[in-house]
Amino acid sequence: MKRSWNLFYTQFITYNGYKTVLNGLLTTVEIAVFGLIIGILIGTLIALVKVMPKYKLLPRILNRICEVYVGFFRGTPMVVQLLIAYYVLLPAMGIPADGVTVAVVVFGLNSGAYVSEIMRSGIQSVDAGQLEAGRALGLTFWTAMIKIVIPQSIKNILPTLGNEFIVLVKETSVVSFIAVTDLTKAFRAIGDANYEYVIPYLMLAAVYLVLVILITVGIRFMERRLKRSDARK
Amino acid sequence: MTQENNIDAALSTENASAFKSGQEDFIQQGASDKSDEVLIAVKDLKKSFGDNEVLKGINLNIKNGEKIAVIGPSGCGKSTLLRCINCMEDPSSGSIFFEGEDLADMKVDINVHRQKIGMVFQQFNLFNNLTVLQNIMLAPVVIAKKKRNKNKRINFFRSIANLFRKKDNRKPLVPLGKSIAEIKAEASSRAHALLTRIGLDDKADAYPATLSGGQKQRIAIVRALAMEPKVMLFDEPTSALDPEMVGEVLDLMKKLADDGMTMVIVTHEMGFAREVATRVLFMDGGVIAEENTPDKFFTAPASPRLKDFLSKVL
Repeated sequence: MKRSWNLFYTQFITYNGYKTVLNGLLTTVEIAVFGLIIGILIGTLIALVKVMPKYKLLPRILNRICEVYVGFFRGTPMVVQLLIAYYVLLPAMGIPADGVTVAVVVFGLNSGAYVSEIMRSGIQSVDAGQLEAGRALGLTFWTAMIKIVIPQSIKNILPTLGNEFIVLVKETSVVSFIAVTDLTKAFRAIGDANYEYVIPYLMLAAVYLVLVILITVGIRFMERRLKRSDARK
Repeated sequence: MTQENNIDAALSTENASAFKSGQEDFIQQGASDKSDEVLIAVKDLKKSFGDNEVLKGINLNIKNGEKIAVIGPSGCGKSTLLRCINCMEDPSSGSIFFEGEDLADMKVDINVHRQKIGMVFQQFNLFNNLTVLQNIMLAPVVIAKKKRNKNKRINFFRSIANLFRKKDNRKPLVPLGKSIAEIKAEASSRAHALLTRIGLDDKADAYPATLSGGQKQRIAIVRALAMEPKVMLFDEPTSALDPEMVGEVLDLMKKLADDGMTMVIVTHEMGFAREVATRVLFMDGGVIAEENTPDKFFTAPASPRLKDFLSKVL
């Protein structure tokens, strides 16, 4: 154990391993945050298409497209999607792209599929009478949605969305498949130097744990804020 | 058939009041000269949910100022009829004429007409994320704003087009009317006036969750009134209320009736129907089984089915 610590210390401090780790941490957070932002945008659009009234042709076509989209991104592993994007699609289109950008886009597209379901269930958890009352007053579907239903659905959506963010942060550990140095790869590099992995991998787990705990605290804070505005007195 | 053609002709012309059926002589309210103008004409309305045909051909003329009570056993289609009138449920076939347009036609902009057809729900359906005042102001403000924005758009394109027109050939711009601040102020003062009328102005800034059922329902009625509707549809407005709160809601509806509002009320309150309605419909099995003036309806029911129903509920 002592030897393990010493080797880790040398690698981490003397050979500037901490720099790799900090950069990796930044990459991990970057991919997760931007992935979530893209995911929320895509997810919201898909969820709205799903709850739209389907009398006309256009919503039906859009709905079909969304179904295929969600089916693909939920039906295949994230790693496979990363590999396809990085090694198949981009070379085929002749676009040079760095791994981080590809990872952000793929994570965004992938989480969009999951977020759409979160949003849809959040919107549908609002009593149907709310939309009906809005429509009965002569508001359009979209106005009633934006002014009445969506504000009420946010309270239901936020906790699950936080969950999705946590999943996303941990899922980023697969980006080393496309040669991106994230947190996981940085710690593995430290271990690789001496083929001594005990401390690096335990540290790696600890860093992820701290990240997730921070996010959990953040979500809880936001939830409490929402509840405060809900105190109906 | 000839009468149906009459209705068509009457509704398709400006001078709809020319149409008089001459049969209805029990209208007490709505002393205006429009009192026997057909406001809503329901023709051969059918509605199915899957294989279940709930409405099997309804014909109904609702005249200005009429107060129609619809009663009947549960599952007979009374709520569905009411919800079909403003197309909350899309009719399977048939038509609903309101102001000369067929609401069942998908090409008609239903939102414009719904603004003039108030609806009150069994479950109140106040917007939970808005205060009482915002609940009442929302629709009038949003709709006035939209109209203003539309005119603004028209003016924008017109002013561009006018650049290329000769001086005496230019199209005038549409007057925008009130500013958004004025629209809001007006809606707010109207909402306060309505709230004062029902004695709930002190609740203007409260959220619906803090109100009692009776208060919620009265506010829901006032919210519909803020749109200045021509007709009000009530879908069992007192069925979800505690017994001691039924009275306050019925009182408000009675005041409304006295003011000459045209009303269609699906209700289980027989006493109220008898007192306020000008015409009572008995629905059974998806058709209007019997209709009459309230007095005759309750004292001399014709069909055995209605006799049986009344003996159970009275």
